Amino acid sequence: MSIDLSQFIPTFLEESVEGLELMESSLLELDQESDSETINSIFRAAHSIKGGAGTFGFNDVTEFTHLVETLLDEMRDGRRKIDQDDVEVLLDSVDCMRLMIEAIRDEVTCEDDKIAQTSILLEKTLAISSHDSNKSVAADSDKIDESARTALCWQIRFIPQHHLVQTGNDPLLLFNALSDLGELSVFAKTDDLPSLSDMDAEELYLTWKLELISDCSEEDIKEVFEWVEDECELIIEQKPQGMVVNENVVNVNEEEELPSDKLSNEIIPSSGEKTLETKTNDSEKVATKAKPEVGSIRVGVDKVDGLINLVGELVITQSMLSELGNDFEMSKVERLVSGLEQLLQNTKELQESVMRIRMLPISFAFNRFPRLVHDLSKKTGKEIELIISGEQTELDKTVMEQIGDPLVHLVRNAADHGIESADIRIAAGKPAKGTITLDAYHQGGNIVIEVCDDGAGINRDVIFAKAVEKNLIDAKDVLSDSQVYDLLFEAGFSTAAEITDISGRGVGMDVVKRNIQSLGGRIQVESVHGKGSTFKVHLPLTLAILDGQLVKVGSETYIIPLIAIVESLQVESDLINRVSGDMVLYRLREDNVPVLPIYQLFELSAECKEVDNALLVVVEADGQKVGLMVDDLLAQQQVVIKSLADNYQQVDGISGATILGDGSVAMILDIPGMIALAKKIGKENSPSIIQDSIGENA
Amino acid sequence: MTKVLVVDDSNSIRDMVSFTLKSAGYETIEAKDGQDGLSKAQSDGFDLVISDVNMPNMDGITLCQELRKLSSFKFTPILMLTTESSGDMKQRGKAAGATGWLVKPFNPEKLLATIKRVVR
Amino acid sequence: MNIQELAKDIPVEGEQALEGIDFITNGEQYLTFVLAKEQYAVNILCVEEIRSWENPTIIPNAPHYVKGVINMRGIIVPIIDLRLKFTIGKPQYLETTVVIVLTYEQDNKSRTIGFVVDAVSDVLNADQGDIKKAPSFGGTMPHHYVEGLINVGDNVVTLLSVLALQTIEEHQRHA
Repeated sequence: MSIDLSQFIPTFLEESVEGLELMESSLLELDQESDSETINSIFRAAHSIKGGAGTFGFNDVTEFTHLVETLLDEMRDGRRKIDQDDVEVLLDSVDCMRLMIEAIRDEVTCEDDKIAQTSILLEKTLAISSHDSNKSVAADSDKIDESARTALCWQIRFIPQHHLVQTGNDPLLLFNALSDLGELSVFAKTDDLPSLSDMDAEELYLTWKLELISDCSEEDIKEVFEWVEDECELIIEQKPQGMVVNENVVNVNEEEELPSDKLSNEIIPSSGEKTLETKTNDSEKVATKAKPEVGSIRVGVDKVDGLINLVGELVITQSMLSELGNDFEMSKVERLVSGLEQLLQNTKELQESVMRIRMLPISFAFNRFPRLVHDLSKKTGKEIELIISGEQTELDKTVMEQIGDPLVHLVRNAADHGIESADIRIAAGKPAKGTITLDAYHQGGNIVIEVCDDGAGINRDVIFAKAVEKNLIDAKDVLSDSQVYDLLFEAGFSTAAEITDISGRGVGMDVVKRNIQSLGGRIQVESVHGKGSTFKVHLPLTLAILDGQLVKVGSETYIIPLIAIVESLQVESDLINRVSGDMVLYRLREDNVPVLPIYQLFELSAECKEVDNALLVVVEADGQKVGLMVDDLLAQQQVVIKSLADNYQQVDGISGATILGDGSVAMILDIPGMIALAKKIGKENSPSIIQDSIGENA
Repeated sequence: MTKVLVVDDSNSIRDMVSFTLKSAGYETIEAKDGQDGLSKAQSDGFDLVISDVNMPNMDGITLCQELRKLSSFKFTPILMLTTESSGDMKQRGKAAGATGWLVKPFNPEKLLATIKRVVR
Repeated sequence: MNIQELAKDIPVEGEQALEGIDFITNGEQYLTFVLAKEQYAVNILCVEEIRSWENPTIIPNAPHYVKGVINMRGIIVPIIDLRLKFTIGKPQYLETTVVIVLTYEQDNKSRTIGFVVDAVSDVLNADQGDIKKAPSFGGTMPHHYVEGLINVGDNVVTLLSVLALQTIEEHQRHA
């Protein structure tokens, strides 16, 4: 008979991860003034993890966590003062526990040195030698008695104290449990029964003589009574078999006359005939191996309720339309139209609602930063404070998972290169403590995440010089501040005099930018030398939905992602310049923006083939501006992105397709892809020219 | 059917105890801390209460004390789930009126065998 | 006017109902169709839908036989004109022009593509033994597309490999 609890392992792992997060954030705040609830909650989290781990047999976790729990117990009892070194050890312990939990989740063995080291440190802190600590680990109370025993006859005298039942114990049920061990005979003794008038209904005046034929040990019998051992007299003797029965039969007969509903002198049959079996069959079928997690989302009940309401409305609309359809006549056309409008509304709302399920507050991504900054502060020896705001701002789960690493890099950067050391700051009239701010907010259908520091800011000249050195630009080039800052994102760029291991060998920023772009977003830098810098990351709220501008080229409709559009304008002829051969440049303020005729790129027929009076949609990608020539600007709308690659393949210049309201398919333009395509064609047609002019306008 | 109140702040422990009991034919109600357990007990009768000791809002010992004050729970078996098998724990439990204790790590078979001492 | 009654008669979305076709036979079943004057067939199990021709959305810089994509119940399905791909006859897009939508599944991935043909004929029953090997020479169609030939009365039906049809060559820009 075995009940498989492995289906609960995922819950335990999830719970442990949350518990560890709680421990970490509470530990970071823990100091002398912390109230007992804080330390208690840390203790409870460790305690739960230990308990759960023990249940599933994750012994390395149990043993390690026991040390942590012991230390925490001393702290919460007041036996140990809360001291920062201990907190550091505990923080390291949390890291170790995390590693172990992850190893369990990934079904690999955990062999990190850190765990062994921290374990030793914990023991030192507790001043317990490893020999002793084994003793205090919660021992499995199962006693395994291997010796084969022959059936013996046990004589048990059970004399409970009068108030026994008030503890919730019931002698009959104890005997029930005892009968699992073998053949049991029970004889009640009423010697102590007082007269009816003196009797207290809530007290117990009976005693019992029991006879158990079993191959169990005395320990086994004692165990059944362990809860009442202080409230009774228990005499256990072994009698040779055969002798006993007669004597007691006499007693039984005598006592049978006594009226007593509650107590009976039944001979309780041995457990073999019991129907109290646990339903093992069912549980065996039910138990399955814990499958690897596909990934799950916690959804607030309110969101689910909202969905249920919307579905309800949809059902009403459907039945209304269905009824209309049953007996349709042309006179009902208006009702049909309004019914369909209603359907549109319902579907839209439902869609938005469902998309929002994947939305989680960004606090999930932000919550690793207090610890990170704490560690960075220690590592760099600088005093750094982290301020987080906007953590309730929601974004898509997948986007959030992928934005984590880039954000970490930006924060590391801020700590390493941004914030100056205390003395430099004081000399500059700044507070000794540097501040890094993390903020998130919604802006026009996107989410903006800001990483801000009040550090040294970006030195434009240094960047410029470095870029010239690396042949990224020419010394004679005239670049705006933002263009200079954008150079930071070029591969291989790093101005740190020494390459610190915190920020890496300059491989960071270009990867950050690429990651952000692959999510459909962009990154922007603002800085004031001496005052600080702000990195702004713009991201779409979801990966599946895009805000797009519909444009017409010939008879085809295309969609340009709004996030890429700088502006749309009607060409003024005098701002057009033709450069070597076919290249057309449009002067947009200080920039010379190359004009890309979509119809040419895609080999379509178009209405407008001349630039002079064309409509231009100026887009930006990779720091480059390009003017897309279109025939007409249509509506702006949200579109659902559908993959072309599923049934077809990746197409240059196209990032996906969508289905418009009329059921037709429209292609979504991939701006960087189009620019690359243009370069490629340029190479084919006239090698050097077009390529250069596109490349130069960075 | 025998009705059991399962009180523990850990989701996984609650789930497992509940699952184990249900698969043996018991009916279970769950509570996430002592406070929650007490309010559920006040509105419903139970044949058995299994409770963890360390919980926020109201710990297991206090819950036991409070339950014993209710007339409907005067004789109800209350078992404490604990990782400590020390004598100290036993005494604290008994002083609060607990019927007995169950030691963690939690073993489903042991749980089912042991509760037979106090329920059918 | 009862809409439900009407709906039974009108094919939905250009779909042609495959009613009245006997599905109980031995061997495999194939859907036959016509390209110009030639007869072809594909395994009927791969046939997802038969649609009437509608103008697809152009895929930029696609090969000339890839006409574009259409929306089939929310799925983006590319449309390939077999008459252009295999250079058979002169493609026309009439009311009778038909698109056979084939779905092929392999390694847990499935691909759905629509193929433009001149007309759809019957469902053909054929055993493994009825399928004869095609001659290894001649013909404009690359051999890996042909699974074999089936004799139906006086005619010869070319059995095409759906897997081969579904394999899309690298998208090249055609100057």
